[in-house]
Amino acid sequence: MSQSDILEGLAAILEEVAGVDPADVTVDKTFIDDLDVDSLSMVEVVVAAEEKFSVKIPDEDVKSLKTVGDAVSYIQRAGVAA
Amino acid sequence: MTGARIMGLGTYRPARVVTNDDLAKRVATSDEWVRSRTGIATRRIADADETIVAMGTTAAGKALAAAGIDAADIDMVLLATCTNPSQIPGSGPQIAHRLGADNAGAFDINAGCAGFSYALSMASDMVRAESARHVLVVAAERLSDYTDWDDRSTCILLADGAGAAVVGPAATREIGPAVWGHDGGKSDAIRIPGYGDNLFRMEGQTVFRWAIALTPTVRRACELAGVTPSELAAVVPHQANLRIIDALVAGIGATNAIVARDVVDSGNTSAASIPLAFSRILDGGELRPGDPVLLFGFGAGLTYCGQVVRCP
Repeated sequence: MSQSDILEGLAAILEEVAGVDPADVTVDKTFIDDLDVDSLSMVEVVVAAEEKFSVKIPDEDVKSLKTVGDAVSYIQRAGVAA
Repeated sequence: MTGARIMGLGTYRPARVVTNDDLAKRVATSDEWVRSRTGIATRRIADADETIVAMGTTAAGKALAAAGIDAADIDMVLLATCTNPSQIPGSGPQIAHRLGADNAGAFDINAGCAGFSYALSMASDMVRAESARHVLVVAAERLSDYTDWDDRSTCILLADGAGAAVVGPAATREIGPAVWGHDGGKSDAIRIPGYGDNLFRMEGQTVFRWAIALTPTVRRACELAGVTPSELAAVVPHQANLRIIDALVAGIGATNAIVARDVVDSGNTSAASIPLAFSRILDGGELRPGDPVLLFGFGAGLTYCGQVVRCP
């Protein structure tokens, strides 16, 4: 799956879970400070992303996903590994 | 085999109301923070005389009255609790004694916050197997006895209360088949360790993630009862956190259901939360007898149990 497909999918999840405007979802944005996604919403985003992209994102890796770009790269790598 | 049904419900809510501002005097938190993360605005905290036995007996007495059943006609008293003050004796036999349920068996079960749904499933099976005609299911909790009032991540959640249901025979199966399961590998995520450490601890994000991922299981409870989620008249998940409740309800697509939000002013009362929240919806008068209602408990263990029941 391409980076832009993953970015688009993440934007849809962020809109659904946390009411984030998809236009604001770019790779440089941090979830917590820029997009105002709190820790529980982040968990919901991760669970939804696992389902949407058929990847596993363990709890211990979630903390390292600070920016949208971090998540896109992680999902791309995890998708290839799967 | 006959069916079983819920004949009546009863509750007990402690008198004392504790606000988020009250808690913010002791720990670093705020009303806005607690409401946005948990949905909780206030909770009920029991005083010394509002014991598991006292609260459970009151709730059970109301359930018997609602069902129109005498205590002497109860064959079994099942108490679901995870906050009994003693390892032994259990409180179930004391509740049975106080009620005058002198012909009943009585014991406690501990399935954490899933206790009411597990006990309800056992009660239904006892009635259907004709080992009991009427079973009294009681859930009573005093989480406040095990709360670390200096732990801002958990003291904002925990609360006290009791609920009860009378289960009796029916022509059809009005308490649907239970779905249940566990993730005992995550047992440390919610714990009161014991052996001198009697304070509640929780890995909140681990539990949150586990709970919202239970959506397919919740849907399965509907399938087993032959009800689609859109047909549910009400959904009563364990009242742990409004964010989990909203995620589960949205996840299963219960688009026409009244959603239990008792957590907002009752906090998390563990096993007692489902009968407390269910009773409140019934008292609201919007449900009709026979309407399908989804109950789903989940928590310490980790373990879960749920079923679709018909309104009394």
